[in-house]
Amino acid sequence: MLRFLVRRVLGAIVILLLISAVTYFLFFALPADPAALSCGKNCNPQTLALIRKNLGLDEPVPVQYWQYMIGIFLGRNMTIGHCSAPCFGYSFASQQPVWSTLMNRYPTTVTLAAMGALIFLVIGVGLGLISAARQGTAFDKIASAVSLTGQSVQIYFIGPLAIYLFADTLGWLSRGHDPDWTHDPVGSITGMILPAMVMSVIFWSNYSRQTRSLMVEQLSEDHVRTARAKGMTSRYVFMRYALRGAMGPIITIFGMDLSSVFGGAIITEYTFGLHGLGQLAVSAVTQTDLPLEMGVMLFGAAAIVIANIIVDACYAVIDPRIRLS
Amino acid sequence: MMGLPGLLPRFLRAPLGLDRGFAATVGVTMSSPTQATTYPEPSRSTGGADATVAAEIVGRSPRQLAWLRFKRDRTGIVCAVIVAFFILVAVFAPVITWLYGKNAYTLYGQDDNLLNSYGLPVKANGGIDADHWFGIEPGLGRDIFALLVYGIRTSLGISLCVTLLSVALGVCVGLVQGYLGGGTDYVVGRFSDLMMAFPSQLFFIAFTPVIIAMFVSPSDQEPTWIRFTALVLVQFALGWMSLGRLVRAQVLSLRTREYVEAAHLSGASPGRIIRRELLPNVWSTVLVQATLLLPLNVTAEAGLSFLGVGMQKPTPDWGLMFQDAAQYYRSDITYMFFPGIAMVVFVVAFNLLGDAVRDALDPRTVR
Repeated sequence: MLRFLVRRVLGAIVILLLISAVTYFLFFALPADPAALSCGKNCNPQTLALIRKNLGLDEPVPVQYWQYMIGIFLGRNMTIGHCSAPCFGYSFASQQPVWSTLMNRYPTTVTLAAMGALIFLVIGVGLGLISAARQGTAFDKIASAVSLTGQSVQIYFIGPLAIYLFADTLGWLSRGHDPDWTHDPVGSITGMILPAMVMSVIFWSNYSRQTRSLMVEQLSEDHVRTARAKGMTSRYVFMRYALRGAMGPIITIFGMDLSSVFGGAIITEYTFGLHGLGQLAVSAVTQTDLPLEMGVMLFGAAAIVIANIIVDACYAVIDPRIRLS
Repeated sequence: MMGLPGLLPRFLRAPLGLDRGFAATVGVTMSSPTQATTYPEPSRSTGGADATVAAEIVGRSPRQLAWLRFKRDRTGIVCAVIVAFFILVAVFAPVITWLYGKNAYTLYGQDDNLLNSYGLPVKANGGIDADHWFGIEPGLGRDIFALLVYGIRTSLGISLCVTLLSVALGVCVGLVQGYLGGGTDYVVGRFSDLMMAFPSQLFFIAFTPVIIAMFVSPSDQEPTWIRFTALVLVQFALGWMSLGRLVRAQVLSLRTREYVEAAHLSGASPGRIIRRELLPNVWSTVLVQATLLLPLNVTAEAGLSFLGVGMQKPTPDWGLMFQDAAQYYRSDITYMFFPGIAMVVFVVAFNLLGDAVRDALDPRTVR
């Protein structure tokens, strides 16, 4: 298990280094003049020169990248002052260190993504399990119709409708606010229920479909039939034998979906006016705040890669064969 | 009697899935006189067919078989009609708005005093009346019907370009990877892994302005077509990998087939083998994936515009309508429903069409 984890972590570090290099290159080498890009529409020569100096754009791109990476691991001295260890530079717009902005914003996105994922796993896998147990019944058909519709709606369409109906008209749920785990843990959860529910809808269908077909496949396996023949109850066989075989592929699918979960969280944040990484990324882009954009991008990529390792580790716990391959 | 129905499906399936080599010899179905024009579904063919087998053998190409199978799928047909309707709306948007008598840029609400001082439509239900079928937009006061028709045109245009480019590159990459194997396969494979590791939504948000900055100086106002191109390029950059992987996996299994080896032995060049032997066998996968990819691209593009980093006002765009409507949902929720329902119908129809196409092309897949 340790060897497996070490291998996965090393692979992840390589991927992250490559992503940072590609991103840095795209941001700072591809545009003819990155300083002009971050200077925006009303630019004068003074600000342009200042930006160029602040970003270290007078150096060659590989040197800039090297300094950027040194800054992340060791900290670096910048024109604006010293910037300690995880240094992603300073935001142009707010003059704040990018890292502290990220630290302020990430709990919203992580809470939303985690709650959304929990909800869609429970609902999606649940629908799939019941459909597999009751193949061909009305429930099966209704469940597949519901999840197909769910797959085809958009967060930005049902989000406002859900706020209008459940928060403004019926008053059942909060219309969504940023979590504050240190001061108000309960409110952090209740404030996220509506956004997380809305976000989960688009994922139901994939999981219910996959779970259903995996379970149907598992139920026709020899060991399941043997277990039934030995006299175990069908409920026991269903939950302990077939479900266990189906869990592995579902976890794999979940691992591949992490990036879209994150993307869904971005759209949901924006729809519900939450202040997370997605909202940060959008405002960084509209203000052409390059250091902030770069920071959000790397942070997002790292979050997905780390979440992927966790998912892989779970899979390895469930299915020992994975550790060896 | 079990023999015939049992045997038939295997024969019919073979040519459609992977084995083009089979197609020429067994792309043949039996047909009784009454069924001369329809394709007899294997499970329903009756014992009577036995007698007529020898007499009535009609040769059909795999494509014809797939088409016949598709025609029997009622859901598939309905969805194809809906999808075709949306595409026609997009193509003939100028004609539709001309017939309708409004355009997507005139500020009817402000010109005709249809908006109150808060910028909301004066009439009930978002200002729906005989002149403005879907009402008028709060704020600017444009006609929602015209806006939606043109918005569909913009969004579908972008998504179609993205889909075509992604499919083309994905197929090329997959064929090259699968056929050449070895070092090429490894390098390209790791590169596509890297691209898959990017958080796509963030990538789209962050790099659209960068690509635009490649074409125009940031201090200038960029023309609409540049934004269009940038959106296509940025989505295309992360759109080709999944299809590439699928095609690669298929080519890997096809490469060892006898007919490919035979072509190789008879001196066919790699280009010819790829074009004539491999490509025809992956096109069904490609078609199915393309139909599933397009609705995803439509919603992604609309999502970007919704976030404010896609198309910009006053260009009509499906996603921009959501952004606009989301600001007014408390006072004018009607506005939200037109783009919303149109998009749900479009995506449902496209997804079901994708399923139907898959069933028609490859009946082995069990759902």
